[in-house]
Amino acid sequence: MASPQRIALTIAAMAVLAFLLAPVCIIILYAFSDSNVQMWPIAKFSLRAFIDAWNNREIRRAFLLSVEVAALATAIATPIGLLLAFVLHRFKFPGHSALAFLAVLPIALPGIITGIALNSYFGFSGARLSFATIVIAHATFCIVIVYNNVLARLQRLPRTLTEASMDLGADGFATFRRVTLPMIASAMGAGALLAFALSFDEVIVTTFTAGVQTTLPLWILGAIRLGQQLNQVNVVVLVVIVTTAIPVLWSQKLMGEAGRLHK
Amino acid sequence: MTSAAAPLASGVLRNVSAFFWRRPAALGWVMAAPPVLWLGIFYLGALAALFVSAFWQVDSLTGAIRHEWTLANFQQLADNPVYRKIALRTIAMALVVTLTDVILALPLAYFMVRLAGRRWRAILFMLVLVPLWSSLLARVYAWRLILAHDGVANWAIGLLGFPPGAIGYSYWALWIVFSYLWLPFVILPTAAALERVSPSLLEASADLGGNDWRTFLRVTLPLAAPGLIAGSISSFSLTLGDFVTPMLVGGAGSDFIGNVVYNSVGVANNTPFAAAFATVPLLVTALYLFAARRLSRAEAG
Repeated sequence: MASPQRIALTIAAMAVLAFLLAPVCIIILYAFSDSNVQMWPIAKFSLRAFIDAWNNREIRRAFLLSVEVAALATAIATPIGLLLAFVLHRFKFPGHSALAFLAVLPIALPGIITGIALNSYFGFSGARLSFATIVIAHATFCIVIVYNNVLARLQRLPRTLTEASMDLGADGFATFRRVTLPMIASAMGAGALLAFALSFDEVIVTTFTAGVQTTLPLWILGAIRLGQQLNQVNVVVLVVIVTTAIPVLWSQKLMGEAGRLHK
Repeated sequence: MTSAAAPLASGVLRNVSAFFWRRPAALGWVMAAPPVLWLGIFYLGALAALFVSAFWQVDSLTGAIRHEWTLANFQQLADNPVYRKIALRTIAMALVVTLTDVILALPLAYFMVRLAGRRWRAILFMLVLVPLWSSLLARVYAWRLILAHDGVANWAIGLLGFPPGAIGYSYWALWIVFSYLWLPFVILPTAAALERVSPSLLEASADLGGNDWRTFLRVTLPLAAPGLIAGSISSFSLTLGDFVTPMLVGGAGSDFIGNVVYNSVGVANNTPFAAAFATVPLLVTALYLFAARRLSRAEAG
């Protein structure tokens, strides 16, 4: 059973897994470092950086801005992504595949293209870069996340259920509310959680669509480039990782085993 | 009032519902309107703006954008050897990173699909998924700490008795970090592709005397190749469009396409030139997609 080849494969797989996880562990350790200098091995551990970061008003403001942007972008993208999934699933019309293609472009293309495209667009239309332009940009690339999740679920649902509901006298709205919606609610919720996570830590598109506003990722980028408050950067980076991991894990729980391979 | 309004409202709803039931196309249009408008106004509009502004130019005196059609940006890209070098450097890095990721993804994906038990498999999927969704910036920063002069990498090298190296801020650093960043994006499609290879074929190969390694090379890999190629598109296009990684772990003078675009917008305020240069990754990604499709068709046939 345990051939040398299998043992070698297992060792290789574990090595790749270690490569994938080690940097995250390193970040956790550095966040608890007592020193202002980034040095390995860490001499002394403390919660000092956490306290400093908590007392930093800029960080708190950036965190709140990121939460607001992510929440608003998710609130816009969720109904739009849901409608898009329904329309593309149920109807065939000219431009059907073009619309499906357009919807996935914002994440299929490199982020820099979406970013600079929106940047020149806002420039042309005379809209000043602001909170609103960040939200518009984020909502645009979040739509596809909800769309993908809901569409994957719709494709697995038997049509007979909605037909049965109609046969039993429910109208279209009642059927949607009582039959279809409960069946796709978890997929929609999972999509919304992933959209929140994606928006919360997005940096490339945000760079091109934010004006004077500083989201948490923009704050991190700025602090790293200036080489200042790096012990607080360690903490903020850890906070960002945890804040995105929670919705991602939650969404996977919602989607269950079957949804695991669908992004 | 409410008691009178409730049946009235439900009557209206019923009528509306009946209207759409008789005319499903009308319902389709009503439902399609919000996504079509949003994507049309913001995204299609933005892509059009990108395309148009690539053919405009910034007035060197006033700094304002002159709305006259010109190929000057593309001329500049073609004539200046610096930009050609940057474009080639970016594409070469994207290819090397993609190859590295495919090689790294295979053992873990194979382990997940064929060797791990149900429970382990679920845990492994989570461990791959969380980094996929977690912050690009956080993951680049972790490597900046690891590869720094006083970081973990040099410490480990020192333990082995070697003098500290200068991995940080070099092409080596970029290669490692890019490969790390996009690895989960390649593992998941690779696992999905391996999963679709029927176990009965593997058993047949084993029955005919092929050992594990031969079966993998002769049966599994060719059958999984289309999925592998599809998965490699992410790592390729993500490398082409990134500017954060070169900015944070790249050395001096290792500009990538993303950095030039970023600096053209942020520093030089020359959006038209940035737009023109941004068409390079767009075209290269399209070419890669085209080649990948041809290749996977050839493999499948």
